[in-house]
Amino acid sequence: MSAIYVLLIVSLLVAAGFLVAFLWSVNTGQYEDDYTPSVRILFDDPADDSTSGTEPSETASPPNDSNPHH
Amino acid sequence: MSQPKRGNAVPCYHCGEPSDPPVMAEGRTFCCNGCRLVFGILNENGLCSYYRLSDTPGTRQDDTPTNDRFAFLDKPAIAERLVAFRNGNQIHVTFPVPSIHCSSCIYLLENLHRIENGVQSARVDFLRKEVRIVFDKSMTTLRQVCERMASVGYEPAIHLDAMDRKAAKRPDRGRIRRIGVAGFCLGNIMLLSFPEYFSATITSEPKLVPFFRILLLSLALPVFFYSASEFFLNAWKGLRQKTVLIDLPISIGIIAMFLRSAWEVTSGTGPGYFDSMAGLVFFMLVGRKFQDFTFDSLSFDRDYKSYFPIGVTVSGRDGERVVSAYDLAVNDVVLVRNKEIIPADGILDGGSASIDYSFVTGESRPVAVAAGETVYAGGRQLGSAVKVRVTRRVTQSHITRLWSQGEYRKQPSRYQHLAHTISRWFVGATLAIATSAAVYWYVADPSRSLHAFTSVLVIACACALALSPTFTYGQMLRLLGRRKIFFRNNEALERLADVDTVVFDKTGTLTSCESLEVSSETGLNKEERMMVASLARNSTHPLSLQLAGSLGDNGNWMEVRDFREQAGQGVSGIVAGRYVKIGSGRFAGTPEKRLSDTGTYVNIGGKTKGVFHAGHAFRPGLESLAARLRGMGYRLSVITGDHERDRDRLAKIFGPQTDLRFNQSPQEKLDYVKSLQAKGHRVLMVGDGLNDAGALMQSEVGISVSDKVNNFTPAADGILDAGRLDRLAAVLRYSHSAIGLIRTGFLLSLAYNVVGLSFAVQGTLSPVVAAILMPVSTVSLVLFAVAASWIRGKQLVGT
Repeated sequence: MSAIYVLLIVSLLVAAGFLVAFLWSVNTGQYEDDYTPSVRILFDDPADDSTSGTEPSETASPPNDSNPHH
Repeated sequence: MSQPKRGNAVPCYHCGEPSDPPVMAEGRTFCCNGCRLVFGILNENGLCSYYRLSDTPGTRQDDTPTNDRFAFLDKPAIAERLVAFRNGNQIHVTFPVPSIHCSSCIYLLENLHRIENGVQSARVDFLRKEVRIVFDKSMTTLRQVCERMASVGYEPAIHLDAMDRKAAKRPDRGRIRRIGVAGFCLGNIMLLSFPEYFSATITSEPKLVPFFRILLLSLALPVFFYSASEFFLNAWKGLRQKTVLIDLPISIGIIAMFLRSAWEVTSGTGPGYFDSMAGLVFFMLVGRKFQDFTFDSLSFDRDYKSYFPIGVTVSGRDGERVVSAYDLAVNDVVLVRNKEIIPADGILDGGSASIDYSFVTGESRPVAVAAGETVYAGGRQLGSAVKVRVTRRVTQSHITRLWSQGEYRKQPSRYQHLAHTISRWFVGATLAIATSAAVYWYVADPSRSLHAFTSVLVIACACALALSPTFTYGQMLRLLGRRKIFFRNNEALERLADVDTVVFDKTGTLTSCESLEVSSETGLNKEERMMVASLARNSTHPLSLQLAGSLGDNGNWMEVRDFREQAGQGVSGIVAGRYVKIGSGRFAGTPEKRLSDTGTYVNIGGKTKGVFHAGHAFRPGLESLAARLRGMGYRLSVITGDHERDRDRLAKIFGPQTDLRFNQSPQEKLDYVKSLQAKGHRVLMVGDGLNDAGALMQSEVGISVSDKVNNFTPAADGILDAGRLDRLAAVLRYSHSAIGLIRTGFLLSLAYNVVGLSFAVQGTLSPVVAAILMPVSTVSLVLFAVAASWIRGKQLVGT
């Protein structure tokens, strides 16, 4: 039955790890702007920026249409 | 005379406006040099992804910013206030940038370091329209960074409020952390409580029982000392001000549960009620978070400071210098350039000005001012730079004095009183029941006395009491927000239910700044009307276009010869062989005695034919709104700074009982609201513009109507998209129905309390009963509040 002591402590420690991860995400401001990162991820790397192909592509659509606060 | 072509011009590559005449560069079409310049800067720096991310992402560059627009940023006293944080040479600043509107904006601003050396990073917060910039002060300056941003069309909006901004407002991270901790502990406590409740094996292992209980106790400690701390603090604050807040019964419950459970665990008599306690704290915190829902992109606190310039150029004998607007003295001569705001009341010192007072009055047509005439703070100069001799200091001006009359404090509504009364009653009743149970058992069976006393405190859960308003109002704020009706907080909605008088402003509130309508006092025949329309059509002046649009119905334009336009006066030309003049009274040669203040006069063949009035169109749906409000028993008033021209129309729309007041100054509007309140009325003020700001603040609920919700709105409890003005009656009805929903919630919670208390007073409350009753009552109440307010909202406010 002593296994249960170990198991309980370990399971609590694992859960505490997730709690720490959550607190870290709060402290780094990830709950403050939940919109901009979703746009930022779509930007190309700087190397791709050039004058060529600057015609707006068919697929690029302004994101503000889907933004209720806009 | 060539006809202006509209609609079929090529859209500008940068901003999408029609390019007429087009400016060509690199095989692309631009509407103006400004747009072409921005494209040039981006092209040189390899930032053309800007144009790939969304179609025509730019904003029209009307004019190149003047060189010293940001000169005030060189003044250390001003620059110092803007800096949020510094670390050696590194400077951190946050600017609001109103022109942020699409993903390209984010892209460009976050790549600012590629066009301005020294910028180390720039992060955009899209919803708040802010950018946080870190730069190296040894390589660039605050002024250069701002000028660079302005040069690519993203001018930071630095206003007077930046001067007295305290610490940069951070969203409440503490509450999210407390919810996280409480949720973590609650989950584990519930899990570790299961063996205690359901397992027979655990009791056969004597060593396991205390182990589990000690784990429970240690998991409950952070909930009690950290997560629940805000309830204790609030309750204590309330007590010090001699009021009983809802936090007090909650705190009593939490403390009773914790002490009783801690005692049970340490004395080895039971597992305690840690799961109920953690659940209570967790749900209450979630409820508050749900209620404190904020609209990131809106600000409800703006006053003139969010809008007035921070630095102004004073021209003196020894040349021009930049001073902080607060340091302006009477008789200083201020230079006001194109599109700049006049910071203080003054007298126009030479030249003539054209001033747009739309932020003040809601009236968007510029007013012409001649030398020696008074100009008021808050107006925006359109055209070349003018000099204004200050007659009143910034804080003493016509408009800004409204804010220096001391704090406006909103009286708590009847319903807030109700909530306080219920809390007080709840605390009293709980203590009374607990004491009588204790006394009864002290006589009958002294060993169960303390048990019964604490059981009552444990189970008499105020959480339902607190949860039904929080979730009802939280849901209402969201539902209305999705329909472009934004309220500051739950208290504003509470006060709204209490209102009995609705006061409207006219210009910009009941009328729309965007659509004009032309009314005529002319005896023109059909042919003459067509002549006027044909002439007006040649001008690009908004009034002319309006006239042409309303008169020229079938498009049989007549030929116009000898067309002349005299800026600010009118247009003239020969149509069908007759000389036609349209314009100001003086221009059209109208005899002086017939001149009224506004209006466009028509002169055909040397004879004055009549006058057109271009008025703002009233918003649609006003008649039915007024009728519905009257039907609901509201007293209505319209109060406006305008003259009486619209009296008849307003009387027709609003009905004869409506109090109509004209020519009211901002101060008179404020005093009018005060006088209504003195008579015991509770006022909802619906306005726009800075001239309503005093009345909006003074009234029980101030709602500001805005054509573009994200643009300027004065401080108010609510912001209403102008297209939704006709929903106002529905919103009021919704606020009433919320009170009913909350009362139903109270009744439900009362029923749960009766069940729980019947166990408690008998001294037979077991942790299992508490562990089941607590979540069942909480979850059912939350579901009821959210679902009922959602359904009522759908029914009343529509989609």
